[in-house]
Amino acid sequence: MGQRLDEAARLSYDEAVLPGAPTPGPRAGARLSRAFTRRWLALGSLLTPPVAWLVVIYIGSLLALVAVAFFRLDGRTQRPTTSPTLDNLRQAFTVGTYLRVVGQSVLAAVAVTLLSAMIAVPVTFCVARILPRWMRRGVVVAFLLPLWAGYLVKAYAWKAMLRQGSKFGVDKAGGFLESTFGWSPGFGWLAVILSLTYLWLPYMLLPVYTGMERLPNSLIEASGDLGAKPWRTFRDVALPVLLPSIAAGSIFTFSLSLGDYIIPAVVTERKVLMIGNLVERTLLAPNQPLAAAFTLWPLLIIVAYLLAMRAAGAFENV
Amino acid sequence: MQRRTMVFTAAAALLGVGAGTASATTPPTSGAAGPTDYHWTPNPKLTGEGQTNIIVWAGYAEEAWTKPFTQMTGCAVNVKTANSSDEMVQLMQSGEYDAVSASGDATERLIAGNEVVAIDPAEFPSYARIYDDLKLKQWNSVDGKPMGIPHGRGANLLVFNTEALTSPPDSWGVMFDGGTPADGHISVYDSPIYIADAALYLMATKPELKITNPYALDQTQFDAAIALLQKQKGITTQYWSIYTDQQTALEGGSVLAGTTWQVIVNLAKADGAKIDAVKPKEGATGWSDTWMLSSKAKNPNCAKLWMDWIASPWANAQVAEYFGEAPSNQDACALTSDPNHCTTFHAAETDYWKNVWYWTTATEKCLDGRTDVTCVPYTEWVNAWTKLRA
Repeated sequence: MGQRLDEAARLSYDEAVLPGAPTPGPRAGARLSRAFTRRWLALGSLLTPPVAWLVVIYIGSLLALVAVAFFRLDGRTQRPTTSPTLDNLRQAFTVGTYLRVVGQSVLAAVAVTLLSAMIAVPVTFCVARILPRWMRRGVVVAFLLPLWAGYLVKAYAWKAMLRQGSKFGVDKAGGFLESTFGWSPGFGWLAVILSLTYLWLPYMLLPVYTGMERLPNSLIEASGDLGAKPWRTFRDVALPVLLPSIAAGSIFTFSLSLGDYIIPAVVTERKVLMIGNLVERTLLAPNQPLAAAFTLWPLLIIVAYLLAMRAAGAFENV
Repeated sequence: MQRRTMVFTAAAALLGVGAGTASATTPPTSGAAGPTDYHWTPNPKLTGEGQTNIIVWAGYAEEAWTKPFTQMTGCAVNVKTANSSDEMVQLMQSGEYDAVSASGDATERLIAGNEVVAIDPAEFPSYARIYDDLKLKQWNSVDGKPMGIPHGRGANLLVFNTEALTSPPDSWGVMFDGGTPADGHISVYDSPIYIADAALYLMATKPELKITNPYALDQTQFDAAIALLQKQKGITTQYWSIYTDQQTALEGGSVLAGTTWQVIVNLAKADGAKIDAVKPKEGATGWSDTWMLSSKAKNPNCAKLWMDWIASPWANAQVAEYFGEAPSNQDACALTSDPNHCTTFHAAETDYWKNVWYWTTATEKCLDGRTDVTCVPYTEWVNAWTKLRA
């Protein structure tokens, strides 16, 4: 309410000044316009390099990538030719086996996202609401610590932990999971989902933690005073407030998981294929046009996902 | 301006002296062990550029023989390991590498794409002593002109766990028909070229398909091979691409049988794995590798020196023994640390190689000479393999 009032005041102030703008003398006007030009120049020189970078190198290469998808492959030299074809797109978007890979990748990315959210909400609740203030910063740093370790190190660490023992092996006990808990999911989809969740969890924890800190205590107390049980309070009061933060975090967990190709290769002994693996092996074939056609899949899915998350309010609160 | 010129001259002089001393140093001494005779002198007509970037199979450029090379020529060796022939073709297309140790299924694509150039044997003193049955083959020559220096050859072997399979298998049936304790613990090479292994097995077990060359498959024969691979999926636990992945799986015991390279067997055995490897009775696919010079080489002289060095008796013996393959240079056999190496790997036995089918790129024109049908080209092999694996 107070904010709204401030805004109104500012608006009327601007209106009051604007009609008066021409009134100062010509010298003042020139000074003003000079200052104006200078500011634009400064702004322009500041913005031109990054915008050029974005347009030429980032978007330009993306367009070049998309363009290759429309060219035929020369079977003998395995280089793209310049003769146009829709065959690559037809393959990438209609062949059943490829569609199944795309579907499974999306499901895996959704599973990783849900799992991350299910871990992030209670954990950040404890940290932001229960832990004493002086400990919070340390715990948040701890959330982020795994990001300091190398990606490949973590991938192979998970493979080592997931390894199932064999009586014919040099080391018969199996990895950490089996030797400690007596069970390991082995090298399959579950392994992919667990490893990806571990990898991208920090990206969910951080926005959800911020959202949790902003959740007003008064709302929770009011809900309790009005007789709501904890679950009801969580579902009808806390969750709607947290949803934009979860949506923001999910953009990271979803898109990073969807595009990953190293984790599925490492923790499943290359048995499981995700979209990224399709792209990788087609690129190495080498069949650049078909690989380019495959990359359109994650591109389209992510754009659709971003639009959905904007509707969920992911871009309003972060 | 003048100052800068002077600095330049000084630097050039220094460099000249440096290069001079480097190339003048013939066989250096290697520490306390006394001088090693490397059986090679760099071709004095080739002045090194200081470095070379090469694409290799794992184990083809180890320090034991890259270091003496650098000492003798002043050419630092920057090694990029590739995991498959397809990856080698893709890397060579980038134009950032000077040379590649290409197998027969890559060489044809490299030649067709003008990624590599013909060599002049006169520049490579080692070329004269290469086994004749490796020279001027369909995969390493064009119109009777050599396109590279043969490196060595080997067969893709059947590896098995000696505790799980107590009676040693002698057939690829372990991997295709199953019915052994290794079921569910099979390790398969993850490359389209592996389709030829299935075709090779069908060649022996399904004579009615009339396969005479595992790289020349018409649609019916090709579909039969794919169906066999589809069936194999049920007992497979691993598709390996990076050799260390199979090595760890063999050591860990999650893989009990699979298709392998001798170098993996050597490394896993050294770590205590209870395994052995055989060439089954059906024969095997294999490789005959050729060092090829990039058409866009930025350091052609260093690359040529390297190609001559790796095919020279001492270095060729080193790499052949490390990787576990037959050397290409006949004089290498006298210099291996295991005097029986060449016998073990059948380096000079033409008969042994009769049922080894070197990796070759499948083309529409059947490689076995049939003209009444068209064969399935390699690009289709790639698509079929991706679909099979998806």
